[in-house]
Amino acid sequence: MKAPLSWIKEYVDVPADVTTEELTRRLTLTGLKLEAVESPGAQISGPLVVGRVLTMEPEPQKNGKTINWCTVDVGDANGTGEPQGIVCGAHNFAPGDLVVVILPGGVLPGNFEISARKTYGHLSAGMICSARELGLGEDHDGIIVLPADAGEPGQDARGVLGLDEEVIELEVNPDRAYALSLRGIAREVAVSVEGATGFRDPALRDTPPANDAGHPVVVEDPTGCPVFVARKVTGFDPSAPTPSFIADRIAAAGMRSISLAVDVTNYVMLETGRPIHGYDADKLRGPLVVRRAAAGERMVTLDGTQRVLSPEDLVVTDDSGIIGLGGVMGGETTEMSATTTSILVEAAHWDAVSMFRTGKRHRITSEAGKRNERGVDPTICEAAADRVVELLVAHGGGAADPGVTVVGTPPPMPTLTVAGDRAARVSGMEISEQTAAEMLRAVGCEVSGEGTGTLSVVPPPWRPDLTDPQDTTEEVVRLVGYDKVPSVVPVPPAGRGLTRVQQLRRRFSRTAAAEGYTEVVTFPFVGDADLDALGIPGDDPRRTLLRLENPLSAEAPCMTTTLLPGLLRAAARNVGLGAASFGLFETATVTLPTGGVAPILPVDRRPTEDELRSLEEALPRQPLRLGLVAVGEADASGWWGQGRPVSWADAVDAARAVADSVGLELAARATERAPWHPGRCAELVLAAVEAGDDGTVVGHAGELHPKVCATLGLPRGSVAAELDLDVLVEHAVHLRPAPAFSGYPVAKEDVALVVDAGVPAASVEAALREGAGELLESVRLFDVYTGEQVGEGRKSLAYALRFRASDRTLKEGEAAAAREAAVARAAELTGAAQR
Amino acid sequence: MSGPNTDYDPVEVTPLKAEEVEAMREAALAAVAAAADLDALKQVRLEHAGDRSPLALANREIGALPPQARKEAGQRVGQARGAVARALAERQEVLEAEHEEGMLVTETVDVTLPTDRRRRGSRHPLTLQSELIADIFTAMGWEIAEGPLVEAEWLNFDALNLGPDHPARTMQDTFWTEPAENHVVLRTQTSPVQARTMLTRTPPIYVACPGRVFRTDEYDATHSPMFHQVEGLVVDEGISMAHLKGALDHFAARMFGEGVGTRFRPSYFPFTEPSAEVDLRCFVCLGVRPEECRTCRGEGWIEWGGCGVVNPRVLVACGVDPEVYSGFAFGMGIDRSFMFRHELEDLRPLFEGDVRFSSAFGTEI
Repeated sequence: MKAPLSWIKEYVDVPADVTTEELTRRLTLTGLKLEAVESPGAQISGPLVVGRVLTMEPEPQKNGKTINWCTVDVGDANGTGEPQGIVCGAHNFAPGDLVVVILPGGVLPGNFEISARKTYGHLSAGMICSARELGLGEDHDGIIVLPADAGEPGQDARGVLGLDEEVIELEVNPDRAYALSLRGIAREVAVSVEGATGFRDPALRDTPPANDAGHPVVVEDPTGCPVFVARKVTGFDPSAPTPSFIADRIAAAGMRSISLAVDVTNYVMLETGRPIHGYDADKLRGPLVVRRAAAGERMVTLDGTQRVLSPEDLVVTDDSGIIGLGGVMGGETTEMSATTTSILVEAAHWDAVSMFRTGKRHRITSEAGKRNERGVDPTICEAAADRVVELLVAHGGGAADPGVTVVGTPPPMPTLTVAGDRAARVSGMEISEQTAAEMLRAVGCEVSGEGTGTLSVVPPPWRPDLTDPQDTTEEVVRLVGYDKVPSVVPVPPAGRGLTRVQQLRRRFSRTAAAEGYTEVVTFPFVGDADLDALGIPGDDPRRTLLRLENPLSAEAPCMTTTLLPGLLRAAARNVGLGAASFGLFETATVTLPTGGVAPILPVDRRPTEDELRSLEEALPRQPLRLGLVAVGEADASGWWGQGRPVSWADAVDAARAVADSVGLELAARATERAPWHPGRCAELVLAAVEAGDDGTVVGHAGELHPKVCATLGLPRGSVAAELDLDVLVEHAVHLRPAPAFSGYPVAKEDVALVVDAGVPAASVEAALREGAGELLESVRLFDVYTGEQVGEGRKSLAYALRFRASDRTLKEGEAAAAREAAVARAAELTGAAQR
Repeated sequence: MSGPNTDYDPVEVTPLKAEEVEAMREAALAAVAAAADLDALKQVRLEHAGDRSPLALANREIGALPPQARKEAGQRVGQARGAVARALAERQEVLEAEHEEGMLVTETVDVTLPTDRRRRGSRHPLTLQSELIADIFTAMGWEIAEGPLVEAEWLNFDALNLGPDHPARTMQDTFWTEPAENHVVLRTQTSPVQARTMLTRTPPIYVACPGRVFRTDEYDATHSPMFHQVEGLVVDEGISMAHLKGALDHFAARMFGEGVGTRFRPSYFPFTEPSAEVDLRCFVCLGVRPEECRTCRGEGWIEWGGCGVVNPRVLVACGVDPEVYSGFAFGMGIDRSFMFRHELEDLRPLFEGDVRFSSAFGTEI
């Protein structure tokens, strides 16, 4: 809300020593936050005065121009009282004219410093100003000539030019709709600013009593429209200009001047907060009727839009049909125009909820709607209509019709029962019952019951937001001063710190970073094209996406089911920016929709357990995932030699590191799954699960499909993994037992086994472990060989076995025997032949 | 030539003469001193202290001497051999040290060569900042509460005194999921976590809820459809605005430095009454000559978030008896706090995944 300070001061007396800064500081502290102060004269400093031209002598110059050598009476403003000699290039004035003079020492907009200087053979001591030089417009055709009665020479010209006007812009919260008016702001100044007194309510005026001579009005829905006031002005001159004080003020408030009739309704809305609608009375046919629309009824609002109405919309009709969307926007057919000479003024009070719904339904935001949906004082309809009539008559030459239509009465305000010490308890300050009552009276409440411990509070009609005892508390506390609230750190009972799950999540993230991956945060929005790019087939469960009603982008209207689209996009962006080798990771939840309905539960009591369960069950599953991607080299090339490109194994190993951070081991098995290379994708399962079992799947890792890399602009061979962290959390090992070491010597045995190329190394290793028995300490695969020596379709796996007993040194032959047993078991289970 | 040559005439054995032994010793010591390296010294050792060295041979002759001569000759030869052995040992030590030193010189490398063989990882600064905040509150004895991003409309709005026709609902532009009749939204605030906390715990409640939220804001330098908030909720007996101020002042000081406090301005939120905007004392200028400060742009204060005393209507909907308990709540943007704390003008780098961005913050902030 923008308000010229001079307009505010029309309704409240502010001591001269209260600066704008102090006034707005107080308003900010009591809840109307200053957004900006606009002042047209802010960039002008120094002596800017009214001057009277005494003489002017045109002096033609060699360059063809003619300048005027003037003497100007500037009163005592120059300190001497002598006429001031000034050279002026303009010619649109004559001796005797009042002009605006800036004297040496003054500064004009653009930091233009004025000094006495020698020019055209004279000492020019100052400047006669044009509108443009003062920053008042683009008019540079000549200097400003003031009206003859504008002022006396030597007088400060700022007031004359309106340069001393300041417009303050305040942020108005939804509960303080009364401050969307000069009436409300002035009242707030009177309450908040020390020394401000004498609030004069612009809505407090004598209005003519209602009679039967007015335009007939029938309100069929008094809940939707409790008060409807209609007044008429006839003989109005539609060509009458808007007086400058109205045009300037509504412009300062940020509204456009349109015509006198429209400007007056807006002016009164700004003044009182009450939205007003004006009809071209000659276009009305029969009585006005206020009712709800029938489903499917149509009308064209004055913005030219055809509207299909809902039974919740309040409309105004006459015999011709619907002529207005009540309180929101008028209709085209009865709109005031350049030929309107008879005006019906409507000042009606509308149900705020209806206004909100209708505005939302038809996507109409307007100054009137903003006020109507937040709540307007219902008692000032007559006063506002009367003020409009007054201004239309005064400036448009019309006559007020004696008819005054008033339908309905303002709804009564509630009586709130408030504990006398409530403000004190809630604020932690010492606020007596008496102070609380005083503050409430200051904002307009009727208060009784002081001294009884319980206050009865009736809020004023412009405060529909005060519905609960707590609402009155805020009024008391803000006026006592939020800045006076003491600071007391609350002391909770002993806390338990982070939960175990929270601690584990930190571990996952730290581990991924320690593995050389950089964390990113990406948006969870995807579209089908994103999944297409990953080659995810149509029947994949990841295609079941939760769709948004109102996505920001039509390309990404859904919540993702996998972290890979965002990660791979980020990876591609890095590649595009020239990054050659990097790893990225992200931890976030994904959304697996279930399609349930989350009921809207009552709010006047705690929901039952069943109701709460129905809420939970309606929500999609949202498991926490960790995704990672690596591109380029795992170990960099450098002066030390050639680096190592990332491989599927890096992705699997990073996944294993993450699992290991919570004591879990992951086993890999071959699988085919987009977006991975069909021959280079590992399904990762909890290794504790027996081989052959369908173990709990934790995620997938491997090399990305070459087509996916090509589509997304990633180098071929890039790798990725995605893990379900909730599964890891669920199975995380809580207390790991300390290991027991044997101090006896180790016996090392190597063995090379030839198997079919399709036999997983993990199976061979498992067989070796099984066969070797309890003396086996570790198995390590140290070489994989394929080639002529082992034959086509075969591979050789070389293992280093380490044997050790916990209680003795192994006897000669014991390790070799264990090795033989291991080999025999591997032969039995995997067809392995010793090489 | 082994064994005592008993037949030998000692008088004839010239090597055992004093001057001869002396000469052998001098020759040996000279050779030791002249040995330039360990190899040369090895040769000297062989020649002058080995089994076939003159002194060794002389030593062997002692047994052949008449008994009366043995003692003197023994002493003489023994002393000479001892002196040679000591000289060898000393020289050995010197040469070894020289050798060692020379070897280290030849092994010198250029330690200014790059060492970045392994990729370094890092964590996202918003994660780090969220953890920092969680640590501040757990240190105060609070706990950290969480909830889902895709949330029930009732928990995101209605339970928080934001009924369906509340004008404030339009203040938070909400992403709705299809179909809207399912009443499932992307949470617009972390406040539903507060409702969840009150519904599942009994007071005293002291929790902070950092998390991700969504609004239908077009993505630009200062708006993002996804961002992060931290909210705090305390419900206990006798809780007042003074406690709210105390908690926020403490939080501000821990996060931005000692001496950084807060200021309240009246505001409006449906879930709190009274409500306040909370401004942070500018942690750069501390309000001293703010007109020169780039961080607060002359204000001396930075808008930080919103807060207030929990509206009793919210307590009722969440099953807390407002006659017994009162509470406060606050909320502020983690991203925005990060931005002014780290002088980031444009928020987009937070969400674009450029490795250079996160890498700049390493693994702790």
